[in-house]
Amino acid sequence: MLDQKQHIKLPEGSIEKNTTTLNLGPTHPATHGVFQNILEIDGERIVSAVSTVGYIHRAFEKIAERRPYYQITPLTDRLNYCSAPINNFGWIMTVEKLLGLELPKRVEYLRVIIMELARIADHLICNAVMGVDTGALTGFVYLMTYRELIYEIYEEICGSRLTTNIGRIGGFERNFTPAAFEKIERFLKEYPEALKEFETLLTRNRIFMERTQGVGAISAERAMSYGFTGPNLRAAGVDYDVRVATPYSSYQDFDFSVPVGTTGDCYDRYLVRNAEMWESISIIRQAMDKLKGLPDDVYHADVPAYYLPDKKDVYTKMEALIYHFKIVMGETDILPGEVYNAVEGANGELGFYLISDGGRSPYRLHFRRPCFIYYQAYAELVKGAMLSDAIVCMSSLNLIAGELDA
Amino acid sequence: MSLTNERIQQRLTEKFGDVLTGFEEPFGMLTFTAQKDYNLKIMQFLFDDEELRFRFLTDVTAVHYPERKGEELAVVYHLHNFVDNVRLRMKVYTPVASPKVFTATSLYQSANWMERETYDFFGIDFVGHPNLIRILNVDEMTYFPMRKEFPLEDPMRTDKDDEMFGRGGHF
Repeated sequence: MLDQKQHIKLPEGSIEKNTTTLNLGPTHPATHGVFQNILEIDGERIVSAVSTVGYIHRAFEKIAERRPYYQITPLTDRLNYCSAPINNFGWIMTVEKLLGLELPKRVEYLRVIIMELARIADHLICNAVMGVDTGALTGFVYLMTYRELIYEIYEEICGSRLTTNIGRIGGFERNFTPAAFEKIERFLKEYPEALKEFETLLTRNRIFMERTQGVGAISAERAMSYGFTGPNLRAAGVDYDVRVATPYSSYQDFDFSVPVGTTGDCYDRYLVRNAEMWESISIIRQAMDKLKGLPDDVYHADVPAYYLPDKKDVYTKMEALIYHFKIVMGETDILPGEVYNAVEGANGELGFYLISDGGRSPYRLHFRRPCFIYYQAYAELVKGAMLSDAIVCMSSLNLIAGELDA
Repeated sequence: MSLTNERIQQRLTEKFGDVLTGFEEPFGMLTFTAQKDYNLKIMQFLFDDEELRFRFLTDVTAVHYPERKGEELAVVYHLHNFVDNVRLRMKVYTPVASPKVFTATSLYQSANWMERETYDFFGIDFVGHPNLIRILNVDEMTYFPMRKEFPLEDPMRTDKDDEMFGRGGHF
């Protein structure tokens, strides 16, 4: 890329041949993962930008072609690792859609709770890091405590924190423990206070506003053309949320609104994410209330052909042993079919396009990664902006390298 | 009145007739196959038409079917109409010997990287693409790794000396 001649149109009034090529990333501390941006700058003003990706590409789609369905869930963890449970459930729901499975209400509500916790974890990191990138570390420290608490909740439920591998085809691997519910209650009680404090710190902060308002703005038409989804699209004023447009799991049972911005700049993206966190808290509250009227021992659907049986049944019952063997050896019949299933990931529409030929692994699995699709707009967003804006722009887009490269 | 799959199919067949085949609705999503030279015309029609308004390109990808002679590669487009909230899937088959398909970059900005990715993995040559170079793999690569002739190593193989891979050879 570097040896290619760059056709640079200089801004008016600048001295000819006075631009510098600057590599922002892949090891710059503000590029969070591995994003290389080759910027052509005139003084501090960015004249053009070229984005390069692919540094951590690890062939998710190819590996998936060799694995049984339930072994693909751990692969999805590594995509958007800030909100791994949403990826897990997105994939599991795709398989369930293909198989036509119906889940008990309690399982759906539990899933909604976990997905919304994951959304909060993702948004709080994004917004807090945006504060760090503009020079405010305190807010980050305030909120990190609560990401920790969310990870503890995951840990109670599935035993791991970052790469969760949460959920199974048909439900959850085990029931939620009382400690998990206690921690969720604690989160619901404490987090709103912290979020309020965080908002007080940043939202009307003069420096933060100066650094983000009018920076990296994109119109609704351009955003749609670039394939933006999620908070980035909503910040530009397009009211599109997969949870509302095509409800999945049990989102139709919940009452929540979709925050929409107006200008599509970094500040609006920050506001939309903050507002979404409040909505997520409200959804979790509603789900916790709804759970109260339901029997508390249901955590998976009755689908023995796809759901791994209890270990003690495997040792004592012939049927359970057979199903266990068939699932583990990947000999369960998966129906042939073609399905596209989308969920609202933390940074946009997360789609799984699955073609099954009836074999033990997908014939083809394609993953619609929101990050990958809208990162190409970055060059347009920073064109003409200052070098420092390039950093804010990047953090406000919520780019996750794992998902970008897949 | 919201747009139904029947209505979309009717409008498309009125306009393009025999160019479109294989209409079906797996899991409720209207799916059809188009002749490959018409892909851009059809997308333009879907985009411009005031009733159809498919102005959001959700996804572009490809699938390799080695056993289909003369149409080994399928390019799959997912389009979305935000207003009526309808999605559809369009497929275009192309021979692996000359996988040329028109690019959609003039219609949708988002097609740029998605087509580069499809080129990178399947070698689809998107005619008219402004910058058709590899995106996730290294530039020096000479093959297209998602094609079926490059299977992953069999995890059950036994001829491998585990000692060479740090797993200890003998038990």
